[in-house]
Amino acid sequence: MTDLADPHEIAAPGDPVGAPNETHGTSHVTSTGISNEKLAMWVFLGSECLLFGGLISTFLLYKERTASGPKLHDLFDIGFTSISSFVLLISSLTMVLAVSAIQRGDHRSLRSWLAVTALLGSVFISGQVYEFKEFLNEGMGFTTSPASSAFFTLTGFHGAHVTIGIIMLISTLVLSLRGRITQEKAEAVEIVGLYWHFVDVVWIIVFTVVYLIK
Amino acid sequence: MQTPLLWEHLFWIFGHPEVYIMILPAFGVISEIIPVFARKPIFGYPFMVFSGIAIGFMGWGVWAHHMFASGIGPISVAAFSMSTMFIAVPTGVKILNWLATMWGGKLKFSAPMLYSIGLVTMFTIGGLSGVTHAVSPSDTQQTDTYYIVAHFHYVLFGGALFGFIGGWYFWWPKVFGYALNDFVGKVNFWFLLIGFNLTFGPMHILGLQGMPRRTYTYRDGYGFNLWNLVSTVGAFLIAASFLVFFWNIFNSRRKAKASALVMSGDPWDGRSLEWMLPSPTPAHNFDVIPTISSLDDFWHRKYGEDEKGRLVRIAATEDVSQKGDATDVHLPSPSYWPLVLAFGLPWVAYGLIYNLLFCIVGVILIVGAMYGWIMEPSTEPGGDHDDHEPEPSDASGDAVATEGAALVD
Repeated sequence: MTDLADPHEIAAPGDPVGAPNETHGTSHVTSTGISNEKLAMWVFLGSECLLFGGLISTFLLYKERTASGPKLHDLFDIGFTSISSFVLLISSLTMVLAVSAIQRGDHRSLRSWLAVTALLGSVFISGQVYEFKEFLNEGMGFTTSPASSAFFTLTGFHGAHVTIGIIMLISTLVLSLRGRITQEKAEAVEIVGLYWHFVDVVWIIVFTVVYLIK
Repeated sequence: MQTPLLWEHLFWIFGHPEVYIMILPAFGVISEIIPVFARKPIFGYPFMVFSGIAIGFMGWGVWAHHMFASGIGPISVAAFSMSTMFIAVPTGVKILNWLATMWGGKLKFSAPMLYSIGLVTMFTIGGLSGVTHAVSPSDTQQTDTYYIVAHFHYVLFGGALFGFIGGWYFWWPKVFGYALNDFVGKVNFWFLLIGFNLTFGPMHILGLQGMPRRTYTYRDGYGFNLWNLVSTVGAFLIAASFLVFFWNIFNSRRKAKASALVMSGDPWDGRSLEWMLPSPTPAHNFDVIPTISSLDDFWHRKYGEDEKGRLVRIAATEDVSQKGDATDVHLPSPSYWPLVLAFGLPWVAYGLIYNLLFCIVGVILIVGAMYGWIMEPSTEPGGDHDDHEPEPSDASGDAVATEGAALVD
């Protein structure tokens, strides 16, 4: 109520904005010009930047401190991780196609692309599980050294984010199958997409910082 | 690169922005209160807004001023020293604008206004001692002394809490439908102001004398006795002021119930839109969402200017207020799921500290509540609202109960 007065956004007289019956649907007019749901996701992603900023900084600080454990770059299989990174990046493309499909009202394509995106995400997670298991076999566990702790915390948190993203995608798919995602509610899919793209962008940084830079 | 240093960084990169989360809402509260009791618009509105945003943004870049004594090195110290002094600029802009709002105004010293002025003055003292922390050589002497305790109580108690109590007195009638007694509120304020300054003012001196914080006792003969005694007296005064506050709530409520008078919608001759509604605010808020054409729109519906620029009333408050009796406003169905979700969060927090099993309970509650919240219909099933015609709200924004807005469901 206090921030109502942007003098540049004056509703014209007779503007239907003021109608009291517009308390439903996704057509709320907000003073920011962006829906509350989408703004909430952006704010959440802002706080996620802080989380991953802290984790990446910690990793940079500790990556040389391998103590008596193996050195990180002796264990990395850059080729393998590149492929799984590529799979994750492609899933951003299929996510865009899913959003585009629902915006056109094409429910069949929406469902297909959501399923493909979730599948690609699962492939990435499978790769991470395999990789973690390999590292464990080579003698690098969570508490082996400060470097291994920082590595598993950073990549593990990212993996958890991808997993939650997959759950969101499958939930969206189920909602769509039950007819709850109408074309007017395309923004719901777009918001899930925002999260998914964010997780991808974070992986580009993590992959570069952790795996590529020696 | 030692582990405790990393922990300090991670703690303060969260912890410093967190203090701005506490103070910025209080700044907003008194920016609402001061114009009402000065009967003037807020001075420099855009500067107010942008300095608030500037504080929010710069607040992320000053955290290491908590760590000047931890050995982060001269370059870091210099950089954070600079950024910390720099953040005083938008804060100073705000203080100047509050003063300029009061300057030449028709001041009315009701309880909410007293607390707001309390914030401006007490926060300024805390801000000044804050700048002495930003000067890193003097900060190394102040670190871990009572001087720090004095500083953060002047900004967060004298600042944030004064603003919040002012806000409670200001919006109490709007929220609960009865006003807190203003005279008792003033007594409450003076007890609190004097008690606060007696408690935390001497800590500046104690700190500069070298009394360490986080130590509950001190030895005789260091010269700490007198000022600690004064602090103790002040602390009891603060306690007394809160008893006055709680008594005020209890007594005002009892009297309001006995008198059966209807609370005015606009008891302070307010400026912002909530005051054009009855008190307490009806569940649907506005009968018709008003069309806004200026800052302080409600004020401009009540007052205009004559040819000499003097304030004249152009409409009675009742004529520009809304009745709050609309029956055709469709509200989303109420939901218990947000409460379930909130109930789940402390389980996770507790579990992370004591026993991870509690986290499982919390996660089940949170995730279950999320799905429940998403899956439940926000409007009644079958409520197809296509039969609504958009209602026009006329140019002056008066509440016109339009005929024929169909009742849904």
